[in-house]
Amino acid sequence: MSAFLKLLFRNRLAGAGAVVLAIIVVLVLLTPVLPLQPPNVTDTADRFLRPFSEGHLLGTDHLGRDLLSRLLWGTRLSLAVGFAAAIVAAVLGAAVGIIAGYFGGRIDNTIMRGIDMLMAFPYILLALAIVAALGPGLMNALIAVAAVNIPFFARNIRGITVGLAGKEFVDAARLAGLGHGRILLFELLPNVVPVIVIAMSTTIGWMILETAGLSFLGLGSQPPQADLGSMLGEARSAMITAPHTSVVPGAMILLIVMSINLLGDGVRDALDPRLKSGALSRPMAATLVERERVPEARGEGLLDIQELQTQFHVGRRIYRAVDGVSLTLEPGESLGIIGESGSGKSVTALSVMGLVASPPGVITGGAARYKGQDLIGAKYPRLRSLRGDRIAYIFQDPLSTLHPLYRVGDQLAEAILSHHSVSKAEAMQRAVGLLEDVRIPNAENRARAYPHELSGGMRQRVGIAMALANEPDIIIADEPTTALDVTVQAQILALLDDLRRDRGLAILFITHDFGVVGQLCDRVAVMYAGRIVEEGPTAEVLDDPAHPYTARLIACVPELGQGRREMAAIPGLPPAVDNLPEGCAFAPRCDKATPACRAGDIPLAGTERRRVRCIHPETDVEAVA
Amino acid sequence: MGSYIVKRLLSAVPVLLGITLIVFLIMALIPGDPATAILGSYATPENVERLNRQLGLDEPMWKQYFIWLGNLLQGDMGRSFALNRPVLDEVLDRFGATLVLAGTSFVLCALLGVLAGVVSAARQYGLADKAITFAVIIGISVPPFFLGMMMILLFAVRLGWLPASGMYAIYGGGDLPDLLRHLIMPALALSVVATGVIGRLSRSAMLEVLRQDFIRTARAKGVHERSVIWRHALRAAMVSIIPVLGIQAGFVISGAVYIEIVFQWPGVGRMLVDAILRRDILLVQGGVVVVAACYVMFNILVDVAQSLLDPRIKT
Repeated sequence: MSAFLKLLFRNRLAGAGAVVLAIIVVLVLLTPVLPLQPPNVTDTADRFLRPFSEGHLLGTDHLGRDLLSRLLWGTRLSLAVGFAAAIVAAVLGAAVGIIAGYFGGRIDNTIMRGIDMLMAFPYILLALAIVAALGPGLMNALIAVAAVNIPFFARNIRGITVGLAGKEFVDAARLAGLGHGRILLFELLPNVVPVIVIAMSTTIGWMILETAGLSFLGLGSQPPQADLGSMLGEARSAMITAPHTSVVPGAMILLIVMSINLLGDGVRDALDPRLKSGALSRPMAATLVERERVPEARGEGLLDIQELQTQFHVGRRIYRAVDGVSLTLEPGESLGIIGESGSGKSVTALSVMGLVASPPGVITGGAARYKGQDLIGAKYPRLRSLRGDRIAYIFQDPLSTLHPLYRVGDQLAEAILSHHSVSKAEAMQRAVGLLEDVRIPNAENRARAYPHELSGGMRQRVGIAMALANEPDIIIADEPTTALDVTVQAQILALLDDLRRDRGLAILFITHDFGVVGQLCDRVAVMYAGRIVEEGPTAEVLDDPAHPYTARLIACVPELGQGRREMAAIPGLPPAVDNLPEGCAFAPRCDKATPACRAGDIPLAGTERRRVRCIHPETDVEAVA
Repeated sequence: MGSYIVKRLLSAVPVLLGITLIVFLIMALIPGDPATAILGSYATPENVERLNRQLGLDEPMWKQYFIWLGNLLQGDMGRSFALNRPVLDEVLDRFGATLVLAGTSFVLCALLGVLAGVVSAARQYGLADKAITFAVIIGISVPPFFLGMMMILLFAVRLGWLPASGMYAIYGGGDLPDLLRHLIMPALALSVVATGVIGRLSRSAMLEVLRQDFIRTARAKGVHERSVIWRHALRAAMVSIIPVLGIQAGFVISGAVYIEIVFQWPGVGRMLVDAILRRDILLVQGGVVVVAACYVMFNILVDVAQSLLDPRIKT
């Protein structure tokens, strides 16, 4: 509770709303004992006195009545009526909702049909019809406003109840022989009360406004009784000559409704766990870069990643997702990065083109040089012109990575149009050609399909076609086959391999599957907890792994057609990258670990060809070379 | 597509019937003798008697409903005793003025609201976002009738820029520029609340969409950021914005009642309030049924727009 209040008041606006509302409520409760003038005593000699007149702090109205006194009494009435309407609507709406949700079937159907009908009215029409039938008056306005809000509560509560009605505790109560009435009252009701309260807090401001509105129209409170709405309505005729008589009650309504809204927003935000974690932030066009120093260019490879550090800053916590990764990719080469989920392999790949979601992602060090120029520090326009043109990406799940509302042909054409000034028709023609290149039959027709109309394998072919659209030098494939079944996976890998050989593409292939690496990659780098633990030619690493982690990882892969090999799952979990142990991050899960493994930094040692970050390697990497 | 529209139209039939039933039931709440309520307390007993027979009030309830519904379907909603003319004629006359006002407001709040939401989301936590968020909080909290009065005070009385009330100038006028001059203030005052609600919702819808994988794909292929926001993200966000536009249309119609009173706009809302105060029950009944029916039809349009936007909806 105190954590909730702390969160609530950290939101300054919500805090202000709470304070203002509290002051108003206290004033209103004290109104009968405050030294105020009687609100209904008229004094025509002192009509329309301006605010700050003697004896009348806020002046007087058209009948010479004290405005301050009328304001407080009116506020009292408005709040009471609004609150009463909210209670009535909540109680009746919740009753209807619980009954519909609990009994289900035909009862539910009939009730909800009725609710839908009520919701088909613009709300005020219903309220006006009710007032028309019952006649003007504050009580009738209250009934009308409450009635109009019943459907809202009924719907919300029904939804919750439907979920609860299937739960074990309700079945248990039924088996224990409890009647429907007792189950509704003692089992279900306590569970929906919080929802009712939240729904009330979001609508009460609105109900106060609506009752004030009906009074303003002359359909609510009748003279001499006055709530804020009827005060405003009466003041309207003198609006030009004595505007303060309008401004006083109007501003009060605004103040009440606004403070309730601010408070309601604050409550909702404080209860929403996503806001705390920063998950409601939208990623910017490029990842934030905060580097202290930039490593010297080595002048190696087509793409040279040096000491890359990418972190996630969430609140005060820092997750070191990528912690000093260096990799080189030569033209036409296929390099695999392998690791468990959370090892930082995807973040490494996304950092190259500034595609790590930011916030919370920050690149805090290192460089990624394409043909010698650093991409990490590049300005956005430069980065954009290279994205998809020279360095293209293929992502994991093509259903979520393709835009669901655009035809695939248009999405392909857009990739071309973003980098080439050709006509739309020509871009479309090329798009069809690309679909043919990735062996999609009947490409002309398929170009007009939406992503949801294609199979998973077809969608991934579209994803590949999109990466090929501008004939890039490098393709970064982030687990492109993980979401696909095995036969489709094999087809996609074969396709990528062919394309690579035909076009001399360099591929950076992110995966957690050694089988895939063996099929496609010349070299492989193994990542664990944000660092590379082993690197070398694929065949050598597969046949003769040096790092115990690599060895265990390979042992996890069952081989087809070789019978069941022992499945040695790695005990324990990968470490959380916000709290890494000193020394080797794998030590806690490693059966060769010694005290030396848990102290000091262990370097990635070996030759240019093969390197390992381990002081007890399974094999001597320098001897292999 | 065509079959989808037909399907939606057919599904509206029970809703429309439900609306008539609800209005009929509410009117049955009227205490005492309905004919007396309709004719007022000074009516002669013979007139009450005649009206009772005319309205079929000597029949059982369910039969009364069908008689009333039958008349309704033939366009006969009875006569307004206060205005002494057929209810339908009066309602249709007034409805045009409301459509001009509410329609303009709706277009305004949809455009401004979505614009504010998109800018706010694209500049999350920036200056523009904070300014818009603050304006939205005030916007959704201000009572439309109070806002209208303050606007009249400022723009009509103090500054004298715009006419304070009415739809046309009394002398001269009557042309389009005259209408527009009279329309600006009420339309703006009416759109403020809905603009705030739509703006707030558009912002969160955009934030939700901007986190999606397909936005990253668009950026990865080098699409300009402007196009990422205004094409890729907005298009996807519209899927959740459009249903809210439908709901807000109801709020605009509701707010129009207040605005028509404040600005003396000769629309159906003012007609309803006047009719209630005069106890002109048949006029209230007719006005409510016509406006509610139009609102239902409008929501079908919204659904059709939604299905055009989102190919995943089965048409």
